[in-house]
Amino acid sequence: MSAVIEGKGGFRTWLNKRLPVDQFVEDQLTGYYAPKNFNIWYFFGSLALLMFVLQIVTGIFVTMHFKPGWESAWPSLQVMVREVPYMWLIQGLHVVGASFFFIVVYLHMARAFLYGSYKAPREVLWVIGMLIYLALMAEAFMGYVLPNGNMSFWGAQVIINLFGTIPGIGPDLVEWIRGDYGIGDALLNRFFSLHVVALPLVLLLLIGLHLVALRQVGSNNPDGIEIKEKLGKDGKPLDGIPFHPYYTLKDIVGVGLFLTVFAIVVFFMPTFFGLFQESPNFEPASLVSTPDHIKPVWYFTAYYAILRAIPDQRLGALLMALAVAAFMFMPWLDRGKNKSIRYRGIASKLLLAMFFISFLLLMWLGLQPAEPLYVFMARVCTVTYFAFFILLPFVSKADSNGPVPERVIYHAH
Amino acid sequence: MLINARVALSLALVFGAGAVSANEGGSASWEREPENEVSNLPSLQRGARNFMAYCSGCHSLKFERYSRLCEDLKITGEQCDALLVRPGDKRTDYIKSSMPEKDAVEWFGKAPPDLSLAARSRGPKWIFNFLTTFHADPASRQTGVNNLQLPGTAMPHVLASLQGVQSVVWQNVEQKGEDGAVTTAREFKGFEPGVSGSLNAQEYDGFVRDTVNFLDYVGDPTQLERQGIGIWVVLFLLMFTGIAYMLKKEYWKDVR
Repeated sequence: MSAVIEGKGGFRTWLNKRLPVDQFVEDQLTGYYAPKNFNIWYFFGSLALLMFVLQIVTGIFVTMHFKPGWESAWPSLQVMVREVPYMWLIQGLHVVGASFFFIVVYLHMARAFLYGSYKAPREVLWVIGMLIYLALMAEAFMGYVLPNGNMSFWGAQVIINLFGTIPGIGPDLVEWIRGDYGIGDALLNRFFSLHVVALPLVLLLLIGLHLVALRQVGSNNPDGIEIKEKLGKDGKPLDGIPFHPYYTLKDIVGVGLFLTVFAIVVFFMPTFFGLFQESPNFEPASLVSTPDHIKPVWYFTAYYAILRAIPDQRLGALLMALAVAAFMFMPWLDRGKNKSIRYRGIASKLLLAMFFISFLLLMWLGLQPAEPLYVFMARVCTVTYFAFFILLPFVSKADSNGPVPERVIYHAH
Repeated sequence: MLINARVALSLALVFGAGAVSANEGGSASWEREPENEVSNLPSLQRGARNFMAYCSGCHSLKFERYSRLCEDLKITGEQCDALLVRPGDKRTDYIKSSMPEKDAVEWFGKAPPDLSLAARSRGPKWIFNFLTTFHADPASRQTGVNNLQLPGTAMPHVLASLQGVQSVVWQNVEQKGEDGAVTTAREFKGFEPGVSGSLNAQEYDGFVRDTVNFLDYVGDPTQLERQGIGIWVVLFLLMFTGIAYMLKKEYWKDVR
């Protein structure tokens, strides 16, 4: 159905004959039907997109004043935030934004775990999402290394040396990544190039694909019911409402709430108790003085805790990679008939709770010094973390066959 | 109620006893909170004066210009030139130390660090405790003093003329190692006044607090402006969210 109103002259008709603006708006917004029972968990997709745009826009300005390189990076950052008008704000939004991007993405992923959003027919949507997560981790890591603060530097040492544990090619690979025998201009300049050009383009492409796949299969919902299976006489889903104006307006409320929290952190606690900006990074990289506890930023610490829990570094690095890769297989590991956790048995609920708790505990443990008690706890959590993926096929098959309502549950307000 | 009172009493005894034994056991702490307030302008001005008089001989603030400092601290241009700007420097210059780095390495073994971001990397508390816990130590052949916050520091007690030189009362504590072997370690018990300086203890704490406050400002010079703007941003966002919510509610009336 063409959205162009025939017979109506003027610029709009002229434009639509040449560029399908109205058609696009109808396909993507006014004619795209989403389930009406979205809850608070469904804010985080649009918020992730908002964070991506914010990082690009603030990043453009940071790039104007930043000078990559071993000697120049750290001072250029200090001069930028102190002397260029309002760069303290733009750089603050960028660095705090990185942490909030991950908060939003983790909650977005947790939503998929709760309501089985990765299950058929959304496997490809999920896998693209996981590729976004991987690209985002690379993007964030490089952005973290670029300022060449002391924690940036020592953190980069640890992470890059992990590639050295790959049998055979490891040491050569590390040298190839660094382009030198140590971290220096070569690495910092190529990370700059990747951080500001290559990875944002990759992310843009993947996010586009993620949205195309979403429009193809439609959103899941808290009840895990396919709304396309119950169509009204007009061919529209009975439980669906047009994305615009309903969800555009609802998402704006989400944006307002989110930005309020975000602004409180940016303006009143930009280091967030040393979690979003760590105190050793207020010193330039130094070959002779090591930070007391070398650790990555909070959004990587769950995997870092797994790495440290394993005495053998090579095995630790392998498990760390597996811990991330395991997400990819969720659509096939989960064999439940029902998607949503609402209509699964107690065993499934406990299993998922165990996984969430393991992940959060690992995250916390990765921030702690490697003391015996913490390492022991990290080992326990590593076991429960992987136990989730191993047990899921059996548990999900056995206890998610309860009755599911015909229509989504929605209480009008 | 009686049981509760008993529990409370026994808890108080346990913790009270704990507190006493902590004192006797030597873990009395020299660590104190600086309690500085960056919004306290007179304190910042005194801190700037202190820094230029006692610190800037060796330490630079290489990311801070005199002009920025004077503007932020409401010091007039004339006062700035007369009291803060080092002879030979311009008001728009960065605050450099008067000591050539090569000489510094020769004299102290390492160059004194730039302090522009000291309050962000170490924190105000660290600096406060560093400047208040210098004490006489015959074992230190270089400077004759040592420091509880940074043992073995290369920095001499520059503020000795103000604080005097205190000594530490140590006490020996027996510790059981993991292998069960008993070793003796010394623990801090308290300070003992030694050579007195020109300030009393309270005045000296005030002097250090002002200086730490100044470094806190230098570490993050926009912090006051940021918080001032932040209040309006948050208020605007709350209002925006409220209006957006009402609009959403109006539209969603139709959804059944």
